[in-house]
Amino acid sequence: MADVPYLPNSLADAFKRERLQNLASPLKWLAWVALAFGIFSVILLAYGKDPVQAYSDIFNNTLASSYGMSEVITKMIPLVIMAVAVALPARLGLVNVGGEGQLYMGGLFASWGALTFTHLPAWLLLPFMGLLGFAGGALWAAIPAFLRAKGWLLEVFSTLVLNYVAILAIEVIVFGPWRDPSSANYPQSAQFVGAGWLPTFAGTRIHLGIVIAVVAVTLFYFVLKRTRWGLEIRAIGGNPEAARRNGIPIGWYIVLVLAVAGGLAGLAGMAEASAIYHRLSPGLSSGYGFVGFLVSWLAGHRPWAIIAVAFLMAVLITGGDILQISQGLPYAAVNVLMALILLVVLAGRTVRVAR
Amino acid sequence: MTTAVIIGILAGAIASGASVLYAALGETIGERAGVVNLGVEGQMLVGASVGFVVTAVTGNVAVGIVVAALAGGAFNLVFAALVIHRHTNQLATGVAMWILGAGLSTLLGSRFVGSRINGLQDLELPGVASLGPVAQILRQDILVYLMVPLALAVFLVLFRTRWGLRLRAVGEDRTAAIAAGLHPSAIQYQALAIAGMFGAVGGAQLALSFTRTWQDGMTAGRGFLAVVIVIFALWHPLRTIVGALLFGGSVALGLALQVRGAQTSPFLLDMLPYLLTLIVVLVWGRPKAFTVPMGLKAVFEGTAR
Repeated sequence: MADVPYLPNSLADAFKRERLQNLASPLKWLAWVALAFGIFSVILLAYGKDPVQAYSDIFNNTLASSYGMSEVITKMIPLVIMAVAVALPARLGLVNVGGEGQLYMGGLFASWGALTFTHLPAWLLLPFMGLLGFAGGALWAAIPAFLRAKGWLLEVFSTLVLNYVAILAIEVIVFGPWRDPSSANYPQSAQFVGAGWLPTFAGTRIHLGIVIAVVAVTLFYFVLKRTRWGLEIRAIGGNPEAARRNGIPIGWYIVLVLAVAGGLAGLAGMAEASAIYHRLSPGLSSGYGFVGFLVSWLAGHRPWAIIAVAFLMAVLITGGDILQISQGLPYAAVNVLMALILLVVLAGRTVRVAR
Repeated sequence: MTTAVIIGILAGAIASGASVLYAALGETIGERAGVVNLGVEGQMLVGASVGFVVTAVTGNVAVGIVVAALAGGAFNLVFAALVIHRHTNQLATGVAMWILGAGLSTLLGSRFVGSRINGLQDLELPGVASLGPVAQILRQDILVYLMVPLALAVFLVLFRTRWGLRLRAVGEDRTAAIAAGLHPSAIQYQALAIAGMFGAVGGAQLALSFTRTWQDGMTAGRGFLAVVIVIFALWHPLRTIVGALLFGGSVALGLALQVRGAQTSPFLLDMLPYLLTLIVVLVWGRPKAFTVPMGLKAVFEGTAR
């Protein structure tokens, strides 16, 4: 709240809500993103790089080339899924920053299936791996969900800290019992059997996970808008106290929604392990959990906006790989750019102030 | 276990708890003023990279620490401007500040990976050497020695000065503070600038004394654990010492077990600090109704947007 003396809280809120609607137009959004690019250009200059060259490198190797576009879409798959895994709990008023850990746990469970049931045919093994991946992510997310539902610890803190535990758990396993003896220098599991590889589309790395992404966004939209669950989720997100008094079981919703979100993240982990790496690798995610968080917040947790924002972020991620090669820029540079974009867009949006 | 091992773990607990304590003290000040900042991890990384790079370039540790503190304060003022002036969601802004800080520190530090510095030297207090094995505990750098005095200072400032009273009033009820003629925004800006300095000095201590190298993401979640420790400490500066020592103790215990050739994966031992901090906060720190600054209640109940 600005320091306006003598203005009652309720009035101040009303004014802010009105400004939110004025600022929410896509044009304003683009203006703010342009500002982020401006700030980033200054940082690039300070680092001794030519921003125009950097942007044209990104453009030429992503949007302007068919291979680049296929890579962008490949990166969009986990980003969209991870963003839904943030947006769904966000509609309930929960902040899920644990996508990274949930993704790894899903990858771990799915890899166990692929490495154990090597004789199953693909049509049986792949759905089974998907199920395991979902279960792994859901179970991992159920821990913070339980703690939150009990009112013991805010899910933001527990999901953040559990990310580190999940990644260490993967390292315990790939450095230990599952270590592939044939890859001496790089710790990772043995390769999955062919039946455990998610099919890709001719000549690209775009894989069947794209179906998971599309279904996730569509279901997210449908459940939220057309079902009683969605209504109750939005009710809790809007005013938990009123929802409680209307007899909505908030605790159950917290656990279920966070577990489903974790399950989705786990599916993304399964898809990355199965389609991209064909094995359990500590490099499974390359930060999809955190970028997914940025995507969801940039999109205001709205289903269709998630797809648009995920596309922009996928271009930047792919561009980050390219800048590393063409300009010798550390990959972290695009993280700076993506964080800047979220910060300026958040700043540009005026949000209802909670009392 | 022999006394030597126990003393080693104690010494390690103090040394590795220091960076977390600084960050937790800063976060306590910010949260008492009514702002939850998840960007502590980013502050620490900014502090660690700036501190390391400045020390490597100038060869002067003191300059490194001072510049790191200033950078951390400036970094946190960006966060402050967003949440105070633009009313952005504190949690999401904090996460974005973390990613920003991590990225900036990687860019800044990329040319200094593997550089060697003359880090922060341990203080040689007179007479310490004659204490035998206990001397190991006392052989620490100045920032470690300042842990308790600083925590005490933060306590006194928050609870025994007029500024501290105002700061807590703002954190409890911003509207009432305005009605009382205070300027909440000004006080929150001040609180967050100081908090940023604390976080950055914590990061600098890690890079300049504990590891003496720069590595991407070297804080490894310490900033987030600091936020958890603040909850454990029920927003009390002196209790953060206990939390920081518990964290440091679990790090030191893991290292000691590794050195003694425990038959487990080192990564399993690395999980100790995270799990222990979570368990400890669950056992002792479940937010109790009267200790949470009221201004944070909206955030803690998930009703803040």
